[in-house]
This record gives sequence, C-alpha cells and structure tokens, in this order.
Amino acid sequence: MQSKRKIRVLIAKPGLDSHDRGAKVVARALRDAGMEVIYTGLRQTPEQIVETALQEDVDVIGLSILSGAHKALFPRIMELLKEKGLTDVMVFAGGIIPDEDVPEMKKLGIKEIFGPGTPTEKIIQFVLENAPKRA
Amino acid sequence: MFEKEKVEEIKRERERWEKTTLPNWIRQCPECKSEFKNHSGILIKRVYTPEDIENLDYMRDLGFPGEYPFTRGLHATMYRGRLWTMRMFAGYGTAEDTNKRFKYLLSEGETGLSTAFDYPTIMGYDSDHPMARGEVGVCGVAISSLQDMEVLFNGIPLDKVTTSMTINGPAPILLAMYIAVGDKQGVPREKLGGTTQNDNLKEFFAQKLCIFPPKPSVKLTTDVIEYCARHLPKWNPVSISGYHIREAGATALQELAFTLYDGIAYVESTLERGLKVDDFAHRLSFFFASHNDFFEEIAKFRAARRLWARIMKERFHAKNPRSMWMRMHVQTSGCTLTAQQPLNNVVRTTIQALAAVLGGTQSLHTNSFDEALCLPTEEAVRVALRTQQIIAYESGVTNTVDPLGGSYYVEALTKEMEEKAMEYIQKIDDMGGAVAAIEKGFFQKEIADSAYRYQREVEEKKRIIVGVNEFAIEEEECPIELLRIDPKVEKEQIERLQKLKRERDNRKVKEILEKLHYAAEKEENLIPTIIEAVKAYATLGEITDVLRKVYGEYKELIVI
Amino acid sequence: MQKLSKIEEIAQGVLAGDRRSIARAITIIENDAPEAKRLIAKIYPHTGKAHIIGLTGPGGSGKSTLIEKIVREYRRRDKTVGVVAVDPTSPFTGGAFLGDRIRMQELSTDEGVFIRSMATRNYPGGIAKATRDAVKILDAAGKDIVIVETVGAGQSEVEIIKVAETIVVIHAPGLGDDIQAIKAGLMEIADIFVVNKADRENAEKAVTDIQAMLQLNTKEKAWKPPVLKTIALTGEGVPQLIEKLEQHRTFLKKEKAEERSLLRAETELVEAIKEKAVNSIIEELKREGKFEEALQKIAARKIDPNSVAEELLHSKFKKAK
Repeated sequence: MQSKRKIRVLIAKPGLDSHDRGAKVVARALRDAGMEVIYTGLRQTPEQIVETALQEDVDVIGLSILSGAHKALFPRIMELLKEKGLTDVMVFAGGIIPDEDVPEMKKLGIKEIFGPGTPTEKIIQFVLENAPKRA
Repeated sequence: MFEKEKVEEIKRERERWEKTTLPNWIRQCPECKSEFKNHSGILIKRVYTPEDIENLDYMRDLGFPGEYPFTRGLHATMYRGRLWTMRMFAGYGTAEDTNKRFKYLLSEGETGLSTAFDYPTIMGYDSDHPMARGEVGVCGVAISSLQDMEVLFNGIPLDKVTTSMTINGPAPILLAMYIAVGDKQGVPREKLGGTTQNDNLKEFFAQKLCIFPPKPSVKLTTDVIEYCARHLPKWNPVSISGYHIREAGATALQELAFTLYDGIAYVESTLERGLKVDDFAHRLSFFFASHNDFFEEIAKFRAARRLWARIMKERFHAKNPRSMWMRMHVQTSGCTLTAQQPLNNVVRTTIQALAAVLGGTQSLHTNSFDEALCLPTEEAVRVALRTQQIIAYESGVTNTVDPLGGSYYVEALTKEMEEKAMEYIQKIDDMGGAVAAIEKGFFQKEIADSAYRYQREVEEKKRIIVGVNEFAIEEEECPIELLRIDPKVEKEQIERLQKLKRERDNRKVKEILEKLHYAAEKEENLIPTIIEAVKAYATLGEITDVLRKVYGEYKELIVI
Repeated sequence: MQKLSKIEEIAQGVLAGDRRSIARAITIIENDAPEAKRLIAKIYPHTGKAHIIGLTGPGGSGKSTLIEKIVREYRRRDKTVGVVAVDPTSPFTGGAFLGDRIRMQELSTDEGVFIRSMATRNYPGGIAKATRDAVKILDAAGKDIVIVETVGAGQSEVEIIKVAETIVVIHAPGLGDDIQAIKAGLMEIADIFVVNKADRENAEKAVTDIQAMLQLNTKEKAWKPPVLKTIALTGEGVPQLIEKLEQHRTFLKKEKAEERSLLRAETELVEAIKEKAVNSIIEELKREGKFEEALQKIAARKIDPNSVAEELLHSKFKKAK
C-alpha cells in the first residue's frame, strides 16, 4: 500500500518583479491537479531558488518573470542548477519573455516558455507529461 | 424621480411584454446565457426601465456637475472648459533616455508628465546593489541619486509642467529629489505641482512593492501628506490606487471598495497627526483602472465620486466641498491586453479610454498596444496618445457633461456598485481597519479568488478573449518591433554612481544619515531631513537602508 | 543490486551531512518506496542526538515568523537546524500548497539550515510516521536541532507534534477564539506555551488564561509548562524561549530519559508491527480471494465488517497453530 508519488513543483519569482497574479494562479491550478506546490514568494535570488529546489527535491521548477530581467537571471539559475547537480529537474518559464528570446532560453536548458494567455490546463498537461520520472 | 403611477404602469407593461412579446423572441433566438452577470457578480437585466431607478432622487443622488455629491462630475463644465490631462506613463533606461522620451511626449501634445521607475529604484536599491543585477533601467528609469534626477528633468521647467511619480516605499525620497531640482531651477516650492503615488497600503495586497511593514509604511505615507499640506500646496501627496488592485485580479467592485477604504485609512492616519480634514483632503487623489466591461467601468467611476463625497461629508465631516472631491487619474488596463495579435489592443485601449472619459476622469493614461510584449516603442506610445486626442477632438463625447446620466442601466448599476462597496467597507471596519484586514489576509484572499475565477472562466470559454481563446491565429509571427534596453545602461549607471560616491562630501553624507536614523527612531516627520540628505547626494539606497534598519523589512503573507 | 548501492550511497551522504542526499532521502521516505525501510535501517543507529522540537499554533498566531527568529537565534549560538514544515493535502485534489518556508526563505542559503516542506498525503503509516522518519534523517545528518512545524488544524496535528520531544504551542491574542481554541489534546502534551504578538491588547489576559487552565490540570507533573511572551516581528522574547527549550532538553536528559526512550520505542515498534502485520494479512487474504468475497458480502449487507474481520482472522490464526 504505497502512497502515490506526487509531482513536486517549485514556483519561483526571480528578481525584483512583483507581478505574482500569474504565478499564484498557476500554483493553485497545479495544486488542484494533485501536485505538491512550493511557492517561495517574491524577490528570490537565483541562489535561493536553486537551494530551495535542492532541499525540497522538486521534480519541476516554474519560473515566472515579467520584468525583462530574464536574460540576466535565467542563465545564472541554470548555471547554479548544474553546479549543484540538479540537472534532472525540469524547468519551464512564463511571463513576458519575447519570442525572439525563447530559443536562447531553451538553449540554456529551459524546456518550455509559456507566454501570456496560456491556459493553465496546457501547463498542467505539460508538467504531467514532462516531469522526470525518478525513483 | 418618476411619478409613482407612471412607474406602476411601466411595471404592468413590462410584465405584459414579458408574457407576450418576449417569449416569441426567445423561442426564435434563445439568449446565449441563462444568466448574465458581470465579473463583479452583479446580475445584468435584459432591459432597464424607470422601475430600476424609481428611488433615485435627482438632487440627492446626482445633483449638478460641480456640486455635491458630484456624481455627474467634479467641475461644472467638465471637458467643455478643459480636457482631462493626457498623462502618459514613461520611463526606461537612464535618466537621459527618459528625459528624451518626456520631451518627445510633450512635443506630441501630452499635457502632464508621469514617471516610471525601474525595479531597483522602486524597491529602494541603488543601481549597483546585487539585487539590481539585470534590472537596471529595464522597466523604468534608474534613479539612484539627485544627480540622476537633475538629468531626468534637464530642460524641463518644473513651474510649467506637473509630474506624477509612480513610487511608493521611497516616495519621500523621490519627492525630496524633485523639490531639490525645483530649488535648483529657482522654482518656488509653492508652485511645484504633481503627484507621488505614495500609497503603501495597496502594496501589501496588490502591487507587492513593499519595503517596510504596514505600520511604518502608513507612517511614511502620512509624513508626505502632512508635509505637503503645510509646504507644497499644489502637490498631490498620494494617489490612492485601485489600478494595481484590479490588475492583481480583483473585480471592479473590489477595486472600488478596497481603494476607497485605503483612502479612509489615510484620512484617519492624517487626522491622528492633528490636522483638520479640510487642511489636506482636497489634495488626496485617486487612481483607477479602466477595463473592458464598458458600462461597469462608467458606473464604477460615478459611484466612486458619489461614495467618496458622502464618506468625506458624513464620516469625516468635511466642510469644504473640495475636500469631498474625488479627483482621479485612470489608466487603461494592462492585463487585458494580449500578446497575440497585438494590434487588437488599440481597440481595447480605445474602449477603455472612452469609458474613462464618459466616467468623468481628470487625467488619463492609455496603454500602448505592445504592452504585453515589452516597453512601448515611440510609435506605439504615439498611437496611444492619439487615441485620447481622437476621443477628445473627434468623437463629440466632450460636448456635454456626463452624457450617460439618467440612463436607466448606468444609474441602476452605479447605485448597486455604491451599495455593495459600502457593504465591503462596513466589513473591513468590523475587521478593525485596513492594516488588520491585511494581516488577516482578507484582501489577498478576495483578490486571489477573483483572479482564479477569471482564469477558470477564460479556460472554460465562459469568457472570451479575442485572439487568445477564440479567433486565434496559428503560427502567429511577431509583426512589431520591440523596445530593448541596452545592457550597457546598467554598466553606465554603476560607473556613474561609483564616481558620485567618490566625489561627494562623504563626511556630510554620514552625518546626515545618522541624523535621519535618529529622526526615524523619534518618529518625526522625515521629509525635511530627507531633503537635506538628497541635497548632500546621499543615494536612494543609502537612505532606504537607514529606514530598513529602523523599521525592518516586510515579509509577505502569501494567500493563493 | 544496483538499488541497494543507491541506498548505501544516499545513506552515507546523509551521515556526511550532504544536502542533496538528505533531500533525496526524505523523498524516498515520502514516497514510502520499498527502499525506505532499508534506508531507515541504515541511518537509525546514528539518530538520537538532535533535540526535536515541535511547534504548532493556529493560522495568524505568527508561528512561521517566530520559527524564523528561533532558527536565527540557534544559528547565532552556532547550532545547526533542520526544519520539517507540514501542510495539509487537499482531500479533494490530492495536491498541496506548501508555503511555510516563505517566512524562512532568507535562511535557505545558510549552510547550517535545512528546510523541508511535507504534505500530509495519505500516508499508510500516517503522516506522523513520515514526519518521524524525516526527522530521523535530519537527526542522523548531524543537525543539532530539528524543528517540526505544523498548523493547528485537524486531528493529525496532535499526532504530528507528538513526534517531538519538546512541544511548543503558540497562541496569539485576538484570534477570534480564546484559549478554548487550544485543542484539548494539545493542552495536555504541551511543554511550553508561547503567547506571540505580546504587544497586542489582551496579551496579558491570554497568558493568565493559559496559566489558569494549567492549574486545573491536577496531574502531578515534574515539568511545569511555562507561559512565555514573544513579539516575533522584533524577536523580543526569543532568547528567553531558547533558554526554556534548552532547559527542557536538560530536564529530558535527566528525568525519565530512559522511560521516555522506551515509551517512544514502544510506540514505534507497535506501529511497525501493526503495519507489517496488517499489510501481510490483507495481502494473503487477497491472494486467497477471501478479501474480495468478504467485500461483496459486506456491500450486500449480508454481514457486518466486524464479524467478517473476526471470522477471517480466527481462521488465519487457527491455521497458524
């Protein structure tokens, strides 16, 4: 009688961007889809995000940013994940990230970018299908 | 407003109509919903008649423009005498960049300045702070010291323009800098005109740019109100904001109620300082959003004016009619704009702007169509400005005051919003006021629930967003040019800042910061000391750090 | 064979205090994977060193803010701290929102602090067992202090908090309820009471109310639970709280330390036996088809569940003879 494995997701707001409506709506939607969601609030540094992901042993990280600072912050986050050996964590992002920046972000290892207007259902499906299946 | 017998007759006729004419139509063409409700939860009837406003008393509830309760407008002639201020929010990159954008907008016909600061500035960090990395100048102008402020207003005479500054926690500091620039230009302080947003309460549950905990934040807001009441007669010390509350996901009703409550809280905190209500209330200003539901927004603006006038008269016993004025600035809604098919946003902004004008706003910002993609390009912001100008000069809606006054629908909706907002206000009173409600997570929960409900409606297609969940285009190409901030900006800012720190009188800075620390602990009004500090070229971050030490930093209460 | 060496690796990592291993180990416990038992077996001999503190209180009591200050104070005294924060799983969706670490986020990059959020899920052994195992991992990893935090709601709260050696119950004035709000179960087992937000009105009253209720407890206790006052926002009262926690620790070590240890061991052993026994019996009954048969009978109202259980077990144990 094993307890069903739960997908653990960290929803993170890196940098000073204070728009959290989307992050909170997504957090709630993922919770309602049966996942365990850790939301650490606003103004997280890359170091805090990665350390939290490590301690909470999350399967997935969702980064939300609308300030335009993704070009500076995402590379640092992906670099730290590598350093700490968290290469099996699936990372996706959302917010205001121009289409032309998407290929560069994906090259860093971010699996998918969800722009404004993405239905939460789509994000839920994506996480269910792409969360790493770890022992 | 109507004769009782006439209303009875209309009622009878309506019932007849519902039994005879209506069913035929419904059979041929059923209504697309069983119930029509707006997002605030108010039921919208099929058709409105005098029945719906039979208890409306023209003189008591509407009055004439320029007279209590000001429902129809603050001024007797409104736009026939003077148009609303076209005030476009602008700011990015360095002070030079924004100075250029200011001048561009003024040359294109805008009539007031409005400043957007970057995230580090808003959070009280200098451009060289670790938390500022990657954020300098990216979504607003970077201002770390008086030096930057001087560049920002270079060539702009402060006695000829009014400037709004969207700044909250550090508002005292930016105001001090503005005063210092005015001093340098030789403009007498009594002539300085503008607004500091300075509405810290809403930060805790909407815009989330809180630096200090609630009590010291209210104290700082009140410092500014008090200082302006005594020394800056033309300055609006606070712009009590509903815009951010709405953008965070609240309904129009919640926006109305929570904003007015914040206003009540600031009046109370200022009265506690010993000022009389008529000393300062005439300079309180408000800031609302204008969203897509056209008539709901118009009703909201009218209800806001009437409600505030009644509150100021009955709750606070204001005597001067100007103390009862709800002067408002409106911004069209950012969150309703889409990244998909961005040109559609011009239409959305137009509808929203028109609602604000028909609602009687004093000042208006229209969003640019590329809002959901990046900061506005020159072309986009010009179209947004033209939107206002076309409404003002071509549409004819400005030819009469409050053209929708008397509409059965609009008056019924105005009344209902006013009543429901009063219920919220009573509820928050019972909870112990704004700060108590914030600590209980009341506003946060209301907003989070409304936001979630909205999203569910969109995903279930109960709410259509054109181009997104309906009428979408596959494989859309981005048709427009985006504005990008040069990463050089951060580097330049940091260099400039470090140069300033080397060249200024550091002993003087240290002294004044100590003086500020002491004044803060003694709970004095900090504005005079902060003016001294900025003139000594103490930086924004240094000043904020002193206050952080005294007040502590706020840790968010999260409610999803 | 490969799986075993993975467990070895993780266990060794835990004992060395490696954060990744600690995190992975707790996940294994949470998922109640088959390796979980082997993992516990490997680290168990290294437990028993940490001071395990339980903190509970209703929403609005300022519990999370207080815990952050407590952790900071311990860190000032050079102690390492592990925190297990438990939040409820939604019975409808099976998901959970784990938000306790928000108030402690600045501490996440402190090497001497490890924070883990756990959801109650539908643990076979109960959330208490999973929490206890997570605590064991942090204990074995060398943390001086392990704090278990749970919300004051639901029956599982009392079970969770019993995992701790020192139980702290937090209250705050003006929460709408008075002291009656402190659940009956908690009143009895609390070792320290804290009235937080002590600068508010009615703080003194809250303190005296709790003291009055404690007087009513006629049972003779060697440790008289003190009622402390704190202002979590400023940190006032926290050093004194730490002092009391240390005092209680000393008390535990001296008085009835062995008795408590044995009591604890008994609880755990009985639980473990129960789990194994029940699981294996049911598995066997299922294999024999008797389980499904019984379900049909019960659903058809032919016989009640208790009688069925007696019948089945009677025949089982008769066979065992």
